[in-house]
Amino acid sequence: MAPLLETKNLSHIYSAGTPFERTAIENISLCLEQGEFVGIIGHTGSGKSTLIQHLNGLIKPTSGEILFGGENIWKDAQFTRQLRFQVGLVFQYPEYQLFEETVYKDIAFGPKNMDLKEEEIRERVLEAAGFVGIPEHLLEVSPFELSGGQKRRVAIAGVIAMRPKILILDEPTAGLDPAGREKILAQLRNYRSRCGAAIVMVSHSMEEIAASVDRIIVMNHGSVFMDAPTAQVFSRSRELMDIGLDVPQVAQVFARLKQLGLPVEEGVYTVDAALQALLSLKGGRHA
Amino acid sequence: MLKDITLGQYFPGDTIVHRLDPRTKLILVCVYIVALFCAKSYVSYAVVAAFLVLSMWLSTIRLSVIVKGLKPLLIIIVLTGLLNLFYTEGTPIWSFWIFTITREGIRNAFFMISRIIMLIFGTFLLTYTTSPIALTDAMELLLNPLKKIKVPVHELSMMMCIALRFIPTLISETDKIISAQKARGADFESGNLMRRAKALIPILVPLFISAFRRADELAVAMESRCYHGGKGRTRMKQLHMHSRDYVALAVGIVLLAGVIVLRSFGL
Repeated sequence: MAPLLETKNLSHIYSAGTPFERTAIENISLCLEQGEFVGIIGHTGSGKSTLIQHLNGLIKPTSGEILFGGENIWKDAQFTRQLRFQVGLVFQYPEYQLFEETVYKDIAFGPKNMDLKEEEIRERVLEAAGFVGIPEHLLEVSPFELSGGQKRRVAIAGVIAMRPKILILDEPTAGLDPAGREKILAQLRNYRSRCGAAIVMVSHSMEEIAASVDRIIVMNHGSVFMDAPTAQVFSRSRELMDIGLDVPQVAQVFARLKQLGLPVEEGVYTVDAALQALLSLKGGRHA
Repeated sequence: MLKDITLGQYFPGDTIVHRLDPRTKLILVCVYIVALFCAKSYVSYAVVAAFLVLSMWLSTIRLSVIVKGLKPLLIIIVLTGLLNLFYTEGTPIWSFWIFTITREGIRNAFFMISRIIMLIFGTFLLTYTTSPIALTDAMELLLNPLKKIKVPVHELSMMMCIALRFIPTLISETDKIISAQKARGADFESGNLMRRAKALIPILVPLFISAFRRADELAVAMESRCYHGGKGRTRMKQLHMHSRDYVALAVGIVLLAGVIVLRSFGL
């Protein structure tokens, strides 16, 4: 069966034909499957944002194609528009796109555009608000009265309410405090396990990526530098550091331990795994 | 989509046109426009066009870039041409139903269209080769004498500078908001006029909010650096006239004088 979403030799050039011409992404081929949790990392300007905007048909590729369920997403305008409900995209700082008088109406904007019935919209809005932890009494409040973290969660709910098969988020936790970050990540994990949706998350925080995703796509200079399960990517922490990216602190510690000649594996990147590895190093005795 | 707007954009470069003092360029554009409006014959148009072509060649800005800027004004140009073509009295050379084309009509239409296009090219060349900051600096310095009659020149140029500075920011912001709302299934392309106008609300509300937020932030940033208007303010980058500026100005004066002389000879 065809993968849920697939890109083939995707390239995009901005401002082609002007002095500002710039290749943003080059020859990107990748697959996304149902229920995956994928992280995208890379420097500012490595093409992450351009890539994800291709995935739901906001940007037309200069060359290459994007297939959703095996069909080219650009085959006709209607299909492209329907695709945007299937592949939900949450932009960076999504709270700046809120515009309605009430939180309820704002979350309902997406479902309304899908021409759903009033009851169905209501059901979806309540469900989405539940996922992001917005209590019901806040639904009739103006979104502009909420706190920054709440606004962010309302904006995410606005996309979740479309029940996308793939949810893409561009730095969903940027600019939030640690508690707010953890809250959003936990809600995303919860959403994925309850709805079986695939989640793609762009992030600059390695700790965050390490704690959440199963697979990492590393972007560098507009192309895919690595695309592998999390443990495999972090076992190559040297290469990541060489292109100027951070790796989780635990992975750094283990890379150093290995350098010092200790018999540890390199793919350790979470505190729990580190504990296990260190214990087994001491001979399995629990201190 | 919106990124294609090149109006008022600055293309950095290091040609003689870029290096000219912005005051020189501003004066030259004024002189050029006056010359353009004084031109009455093919000969004088050719002289002005030669000046334009020379400047464009020196600036190495690609012709296609400038032509692209014409796009939004195409309707006005075509309309002006057609009106001149059909509504000029004179010797008829072709006639159908109520439409009559006269020899004078063709001439007028040609002059009108070339005048508008040359006007646009000339002013585009100024903004393409001069950064907004240099441009407002030049304007402030040139308008300095007006301070004597209590015109707030500095404040006006500061306002203009800020407005110019925020055009690209607001364009990219608009682009982002449009994308974000499209991602939620917003539809800007179909439906009747009323529906389309309504579809703009999800764009305009966030845009206004962010514009006010930016204005607020900028005001705080300026205040925290003790900005208090133009009085006693010095510049980090002083503008200096070089010999090339005097040469350019001389060329401009020759151009204007030439066109006026041609005009007095009835050419």
